[in-house]
Amino acid sequence: MSSSSPVTEAPGAIPPETPVRGRGPTSGSIWKDARHQLSRNPVFVVCSLVVLVVVSWALFPQLWTSLGKLECDININRTPPSWFPGKTQPGYDADLDGYVLGTTTLGCDMYSQIIWGARPSIVVAVIVTAMTALVGTTLGLVAGYYGGWVDTVISRITDIFLGLPFLLGAVIFLALLKSQSIWAVILVLVVLGWTQMTRIVRGTALSLRDQDFVEAARAMGATNGRIILRHILPNALAPIIVLCTIYVGSFIAAEATLTFLGVGLKPPEVSWGITIAQGQDFAVAGFPHLLVFPCIVLVVTVLSFILMGDALRDALDPKGR
Amino acid sequence: MPESDILQAGTPADSKAVASLYFDTTAPLLDVQELRVDFQTKEGVAHAVNGVSFTLEAGRTLGILGESGCGKSVTAQAIMGILDSPPARVVGGKVLLSGVDLLTLNEDARRQIRANRIGMVFQDALSALNPVFTVGWQLGELFRKHRDFSRKQAKQEAVRLLDLVGIPAAGQRVDDFPHQFSGGMRQRVMIAMALALDPNVIIADEPTTALDVTVQAQIMKLLADLQAERNMGLILITHDIGVVADVADDICVMYAGREVEKADVYAIYDSPAHPYTQALLESIPRVDMKGQQLASIQGLPPNLTSMPSGCAFHPRCRFARERCREDTPPLYTVTPGRLSACHFFQEVLDS
Amino acid sequence: MSEVILAATDVRKYFPITAGVLKRTVGHVQAVDGISLELYQGETLGIVGESGCGKSTLARVLMGLIPATSGSVKLEGEELVGMKPSRLRKIRRDVQIIFQDPYSSLDPRMTVGKIIGEPFEIHAEVAPKGERRRKVQELLEVVGLSPEHINRYPHQFSGGQRQRIGIARALALRPKVIICDEPVSALDISVQAQVVNLLENLQSEFGLSYIFVAHDLSVVRHISDRVGVMYLGKMVELGTEDQIYERPTHPYTQALLSAVPVPDPGLRGHRKQIVLTGELPSAANPPSGCRFRTRCWKAQSVCAESEPALEVRDGGDHPSACHFAEVIDVTHAAY
Ligand SMILES: Nc1ncnc2c1ncn2[C@@H]1O[C@H](COP(=O)(O)OP(=O)(O)O)[C@@H](O)[C@H]1O
Ligand SMILES: Nc1ncnc2c1ncn2[C@@H]1O[C@H](COP(=O)(O)OP(=O)(O)O)[C@@H](O)[C@H]1O
Ligand code: SF4
Ligand SMILES: [Mg+2]
Ligand SMILES: [Mg+2]
Repeated sequence: MSSSSPVTEAPGAIPPETPVRGRGPTSGSIWKDARHQLSRNPVFVVCSLVVLVVVSWALFPQLWTSLGKLECDININRTPPSWFPGKTQPGYDADLDGYVLGTTTLGCDMYSQIIWGARPSIVVAVIVTAMTALVGTTLGLVAGYYGGWVDTVISRITDIFLGLPFLLGAVIFLALLKSQSIWAVILVLVVLGWTQMTRIVRGTALSLRDQDFVEAARAMGATNGRIILRHILPNALAPIIVLCTIYVGSFIAAEATLTFLGVGLKPPEVSWGITIAQGQDFAVAGFPHLLVFPCIVLVVTVLSFILMGDALRDALDPKGR
Repeated sequence: MPESDILQAGTPADSKAVASLYFDTTAPLLDVQELRVDFQTKEGVAHAVNGVSFTLEAGRTLGILGESGCGKSVTAQAIMGILDSPPARVVGGKVLLSGVDLLTLNEDARRQIRANRIGMVFQDALSALNPVFTVGWQLGELFRKHRDFSRKQAKQEAVRLLDLVGIPAAGQRVDDFPHQFSGGMRQRVMIAMALALDPNVIIADEPTTALDVTVQAQIMKLLADLQAERNMGLILITHDIGVVADVADDICVMYAGREVEKADVYAIYDSPAHPYTQALLESIPRVDMKGQQLASIQGLPPNLTSMPSGCAFHPRCRFARERCREDTPPLYTVTPGRLSACHFFQEVLDS
Repeated sequence: MSEVILAATDVRKYFPITAGVLKRTVGHVQAVDGISLELYQGETLGIVGESGCGKSTLARVLMGLIPATSGSVKLEGEELVGMKPSRLRKIRRDVQIIFQDPYSSLDPRMTVGKIIGEPFEIHAEVAPKGERRRKVQELLEVVGLSPEHINRYPHQFSGGQRQRIGIARALALRPKVIICDEPVSALDISVQAQVVNLLENLQSEFGLSYIFVAHDLSVVRHISDRVGVMYLGKMVELGTEDQIYERPTHPYTQALLSAVPVPDPGLRGHRKQIVLTGELPSAANPPSGCRFRTRCWKAQSVCAESEPALEVRDGGDHPSACHFAEVIDVTHAAY
């Protein structure tokens, strides 16, 4: 005999239920689920390893190279590594020990130049991303949540900035600014880069604003500030983080591009863009390694960030499961 | 020898695949036997349909009743041959349409049968209709493709059908796009599509679930009238116990991918022979009575990847005892034509 | 009768229809148009009507979630329309809402404990910090969930369980009125009964007053003491559950009731069937006079000319907004 009658008739006799198993992921929050999913994604694992390595170059270059940033010997310039096709400078011993990637135009060790060059690239990209995220998130949340004229004003300003061509705008700005320090580059990239973030956050906030849980919070007497910080922002965080990851990659590329065009960083600063710019003249003249190595590093780094962002997006999107 | 009725004999678009089939008019119109469908999911294999059998005769309405997730739509899609596989896989059973097993046919033949012999009405007409074509074009397409009608003829047919399903000013509305119709009118368009090529069977999967009651009444009346007029077999899938009570001749109650009770409509509402049916009937309020406290069914339907042992309903059943945990109840014959998958159906009947 | 706790007088809510880049207002959706009602302490007032008739809008106006265009809403005598936002936030404690969609009504990034505990954070005076966790666990128990589930996330629960979480959240501040906006419409039949029973039990336990909005007339009959029927932003009939379901006088109510299927095949063909023709008119441009006249089988020229007021008429014993109000029994079999 069944001891208890599962059909409840008596008032208040609703037995406690256990949560459903099997429906949806069984683990905890969306972040935990995402972590689980990401750890099994080979693309994400490889990309994050690359990113870790590059970041450690930027943070602790001394760990990777014993040579200083400007420890160069012009006498051995443009030497390709022995395993690499290319001309050897006349009169030099081609097989210089320790120069695994050869030397640069100025005779520095290509390998350590790449290590040292990571720092400005990463610093620029991270600071620009952080600042665009701050500006974009704030404006996007305010525009999306409040709507009305606030939204109209912010959206129109966004549209105007979006209308500016990114590269041309940056080149012109930097050319006008004259002082082409790392800070100038950061400033210009932020000014031109915040729009996309604003638009995406605004769209997310707009769709969240009408959700019932936001209405429920309002019904409980929550202030707008509380709703934005406790409900809208946490739910918009996933797209923001995805976008930030992709942004870091894009801004690394943007910094290198501007530097290459001569409006970004300048020597004696060391950066990937500078190395590439210096190598371009001689690359076609028989020293392809001057271009090949820094370009590979740049492309792999940028791609890693972008692919990482894509993987994050898939993992954080509940519909993808 | 049974007379062979070659499908829509002579219609030019019929492929060889179908023309060579012999439909036995003495066999039941639609006979589903032990149908099984599995889904490959992350958590394992989900047995969405787990041995479903029923027969449908011309001119009759079979109501398939069950809560969401019990496999009603998957059953319908398996009959129609429109399951997405993967992840779905038909792993057993037969679907006999006038004696021809549809599951053994190739895709081309099934498409022909789908168009000419079985019509389907979906719950969500807006997503079932193509948003970028006018409803007239979509209706006409059926005739152009399967009947080789000219554009003009096809459009005439479309207008006639829209008129038939009660769309006012059909001649003008034929050039409208699906989103320009209200929910009820869209459902009528869906019915027109299903009827277009004079099918023998109509499968309506929750045709009124998204509609208001007054519109629901209109649509149900339309379906019932058309069915009687054309002597079609109608399968009405729903979770609404009231709707099937009004129109069905026979009822098949499903739970967790299985049919748990099958009977004619009067018997089942009068004295259910399965605890699940009984509990369902007790748990709904009625508009014509002021009720007492509703009897609710404790717990939730089972997870299809890890079904309870024995009778799938036992964790929620008030009649459950040891035997239910161990033996899966077969479909017992309660009275001729009446089946119940409960070891203690007699007790349920008596209570 | 007991005292009035929530009273609405001639409430209107018009949504502007805008067009063009300049967002020019070209018209108004008259979502709620002149509704008056009173909710008494401890009762359940059901509001029924087809989708789009303004039920949810009315519910939100009644709790001050969206401002009324005109009219008055009084909670225990205090006017909500035009109230200072800070005061309104305080007073919201007394009126809570339960939503239809068990998925969008819970913040997916919060644990159940956080969700149910949020009201205590907003109204810190209700429960001191140390007590909050215990209170949340109590609430979980009250709605029939295990207190151990406090750290789980909403997606780990079924629809019915999520609805219980929503109910626990609404109960947290011990409100006087709970507005239920289709709380069981999205649930399966077997689960629907669980939630309806829970709502009934909570009402008697905590002395709550409910406004129960739904399009399912059977559920509304089951749970309500009084029922209002809405059509296109207007209340067309208002009475006790018995009056509305046994002695409806408005043609729309009668059509609605007759369309509800009864799970009893024995009644087939024996119930009066009133099948409405035509389409629901647009709330932006409602018909003149009686809004129902375009679909009404009784309509005369007077119906287009003068708007029938919601008042007790000769044909019935409760308010009905029809010039030709008359009782027809549509729910029962007529042999
Ligand atoms: N595309 C799919 N992938 C995995 N499982 C599915 C899919 N479609 C349906 N199912 C499973 O089949 C079961 C039955 O679904 P369905 O037939 O749609 O139920 P209903 O009775 O509500 O129509 C569901 O519980 C679900 O687990
Ligand atoms: N925020 C809004 N803006 C414009 N129109 C709205 C808004 N909310 C509701 N409406 C309109 O008001 C009418 C009533 O809607 P609603 O109250 O949601 O109806 P119900 O809950 O009865 O289905 C509908 O015509 C709807 O389109
Ligand atoms: S007032 Fe006229 S149109 Fe309106 S419901 Fe009554 S009879 Fe019908
Ligand atoms: Mg279905
Ligand atoms: Mg609503």
